[in-house]
Amino acid sequence: MSAGKEHPYLPTTDIQRAEALEAAGLTEEYLVQSILPDLRLQKPLDIPRALSEPELTRHARLCAGRNSTTAEAASFLGAGCYDHFIPAAVDAVAARGEFLTAYTPYQAEAGQGTLSAIFEYQTMIASLTGADVSNAGVYDGATAVAEAVLMAKRLHRKSSKVVVSASLHPEYIETLRTYVQFTDIEIITTRLENGVTNVADIAANAAGAFAVVAANPGFLGSIEPLRDIFDVARAQGALSIAVVNPFTLGVLEAPALLGADIVCGDGQPLGCYQYYGGPAFGFMATRMEYIRQLPGRVAGETRDASGRRGFTLTFQTREQHIRRERATSNICTNHALMSLRATVYLSLLGPRGLREAGEASTALAHYAARKIAAVDGYSLVYDAPFFNEFAVTCPRRAADVVRDVRGDGILAGVPLERFFPGREKDLLVAVTEKRTVDEIDALAAALERAGGRT
Amino acid sequence: MTPENTAAGPLIFEYSSPGRRGMLFEPVAAPAAPAPPWAARKNPPLLPETSEVEVTRHYTRLSHLNFSVDTHFYPLGSCTMKYNPRANERLAALDGFTAAHPYQDDADVEGLLEVLWNLQNYLAEIAGLDAVTLSPAAGAHGELAGMMVIAAYHRDRADKRNVVLIPDSAHGTNPASAALCGFVPEVIATDAEGRIDRAALRKRATGDVAALMVTNPNTLGIFESHIKEISAILHDAGALVYMDGANMNALMGITRPGDFGVDVMHYNPHKTFSAPHGGGGPGAGPVAVRKMLEPYLPVPRVIKRQEGFALSCDAPKSIGRVRSFAGNIGVLVKAYLYIRSMGPDGLARAGNMAVFNSDYLRAKVSRILPLAYPTNTRHEFVVTAEKLAKKGIRALDIAKRLLDYGFHPPTIYFPLIVHEALMIEPTETESPETLDAFAAALAAIVEEARTNPEIVTSAPHTMPVGRLDDVRAVKEPRLTWTPPENKDVS
Repeated sequence: MSAGKEHPYLPTTDIQRAEALEAAGLTEEYLVQSILPDLRLQKPLDIPRALSEPELTRHARLCAGRNSTTAEAASFLGAGCYDHFIPAAVDAVAARGEFLTAYTPYQAEAGQGTLSAIFEYQTMIASLTGADVSNAGVYDGATAVAEAVLMAKRLHRKSSKVVVSASLHPEYIETLRTYVQFTDIEIITTRLENGVTNVADIAANAAGAFAVVAANPGFLGSIEPLRDIFDVARAQGALSIAVVNPFTLGVLEAPALLGADIVCGDGQPLGCYQYYGGPAFGFMATRMEYIRQLPGRVAGETRDASGRRGFTLTFQTREQHIRRERATSNICTNHALMSLRATVYLSLLGPRGLREAGEASTALAHYAARKIAAVDGYSLVYDAPFFNEFAVTCPRRAADVVRDVRGDGILAGVPLERFFPGREKDLLVAVTEKRTVDEIDALAAALERAGGRT
Repeated sequence: MTPENTAAGPLIFEYSSPGRRGMLFEPVAAPAAPAPPWAARKNPPLLPETSEVEVTRHYTRLSHLNFSVDTHFYPLGSCTMKYNPRANERLAALDGFTAAHPYQDDADVEGLLEVLWNLQNYLAEIAGLDAVTLSPAAGAHGELAGMMVIAAYHRDRADKRNVVLIPDSAHGTNPASAALCGFVPEVIATDAEGRIDRAALRKRATGDVAALMVTNPNTLGIFESHIKEISAILHDAGALVYMDGANMNALMGITRPGDFGVDVMHYNPHKTFSAPHGGGGPGAGPVAVRKMLEPYLPVPRVIKRQEGFALSCDAPKSIGRVRSFAGNIGVLVKAYLYIRSMGPDGLARAGNMAVFNSDYLRAKVSRILPLAYPTNTRHEFVVTAEKLAKKGIRALDIAKRLLDYGFHPPTIYFPLIVHEALMIEPTETESPETLDAFAAALAAIVEEARTNPEIVTSAPHTMPVGRLDDVRAVKEPRLTWTPPENKDVS
């Protein structure tokens, strides 16, 4: 390294370094001496030269500018990732360096900000889901489901069969398959009927299962008969796992009150950007009696030396840094900054705001469903109750229809062919509170124009 | 507000007042579509009713209770708490990135896909390996994916191997990840120099061993200088070498894991490539592998076709998906921007400066507390407070007292093989002036331990809360806030 190569992120100057090495009677060679010469890279890495901040800014704007996103379109894309409005205060809090650049609060006395926020988050998630306790969060909805199934297996060691409704997001089921492929866990997926979990099929398969997993709303938008599904599970001695969209819980019943033993899901709709799918966070909540099998971080209230309330990470003997291969999970981080976003989001909305946003979404979604169903050649695939997402059959291949209306500034939905080969005409349409009646009318008009094309 | 005696101040719920609101939505111009009665919520959730003013002020106040890289020196060993550049925050927050939906057509997001494609290539180059997946969400998640790749490789060859060797100095996530893949972790001892005991390894490297999980430099900060020989021992036995990339900061641009025999490694972009830690995530855990393992990598991956970049799931031998969507893209974009802002020379300089800063601080600190191992170290070093502990002053006490001096403590009680360990990683983004001040504080504390031990064992004294009772948190668990009217009258 030559002199005068100081960089804005590297405060130690070449002069300081030369002085320190000289004072110690050492040369530059000292810094690499622990790496034997034959291991040292003989030429510079083959990556582009360093950019100054102005150059980096120009480059990043260019890259970002080549994307045409939901920021400049009316987005009806959902399927697990939604275009909800994010209040400015969420960004302002999450951008604070004291939250952004802290580590996991292992030193509780120097992390009361993060710990208080996690404790608030746990309270909100527990209340939304109706469960007793929540962990501090996991990576995403898919890994939350995988962790929930592994947790249920630990609680119910005798069985190795888990029954999963096809109402789950297909990528969550794929992730679960990945997680259990080197275990003895066997996954049975059950049928949908009219886009909704078939309870009889669950009943036919639940015997001897350690858990039954069902989503609400289902991946295709349906409001699911969770109580009936979980009644069947309980009757067979299986644990009940609900996979829910937390945004719906101002309107839809808390799943633990419908019989769920573990409630999990993806927190993206609560104040997290879509960001091409991540980062958001996953949440997990359960009964207090299962706390020792719950994976991930948990914050708890305690007292300090003078008896005052404070917060700390607790039940750490479950975790990998203590228990190593016998830990409940290998999970280390909890996506804290994302669950902080959700906590601020839920604080701003409050119980009334969450209900109103949910009601606005369902009202607009039902309006959209009626408008689209009235367009020549389009029809709703199912007639079951839905929340804010529904499947439509198009007169042509859905992917082509989506491409045709793209020029009108509309992202019409997610073609279901992506997940289910053979369903090439079906389109999944999501409507959040952010959409307007005008945008929906424009969608219907654009679909009408696209429907007739070949 | 609650009259409760709180050190950290009120929680957001304690600002709640019926009717207050922090968010308005536009009036809905469509008829209501209520949920069917059997599905509708009966009672509202316990969320605060607060205005935007209380919310902003509350969380700003909470932020003040945290130590962070922006506010304090944070030499947390093995965590690489380097400065998080502001340019990356600003640029990763551009609409063109944040508002992309994961199921948009590839053509809609070609700018983003090119960034990810380039990042895959840079990470392969820095590792000296052939193929990269960006999908895993965290370091531990990358470990899990990487170990599954190894399991799938052996399975595909019908080679039944169920043991994974892990040095006793390893991170706890290593054995936990290996166990999730059905492997039985077995401990390999550390020798007197603080390196893997090669004799023990050679003896144990038999036909049932699937892989060695090595951290290099290891958690003592010591480079496994015999790593080529170690890799050869494993390869000769038909096993693979996995490297935990937690300490890549000490190697980037200087040496490459692929060149010293590593077959699979994960990166921690939130350590090595300056993405912020966020109070405990989100991070990311990209995995790099040798060519023969590429077919097993998790999907999706970014590929380059004639017509442009695409997200591909076409990999029949893949272990499958390890999460939804394509990865923690927001974190990966920051890692990309960091690599672009450093360039090849800058990365090497950062790696060398990390070693220089560590050596500089080590020379000062080792005069205050003895080194756990005398061996030359790279980006971090471990000292022990064992002698002080015999007089009743533990590593924990020193850590808490450092808070009073305005420093985040080092990692303590890790690695597990060192008694009363303090693991110190200054990173390259600190000046000698800061390092001098830290060493001076540590010297002052060790002096206090002699003259006024009580002030050390009862620390911290200047934090928003005093030392917290961890036992009580488990014995009388309170994991959620309860409104005052619901609290037990006891």
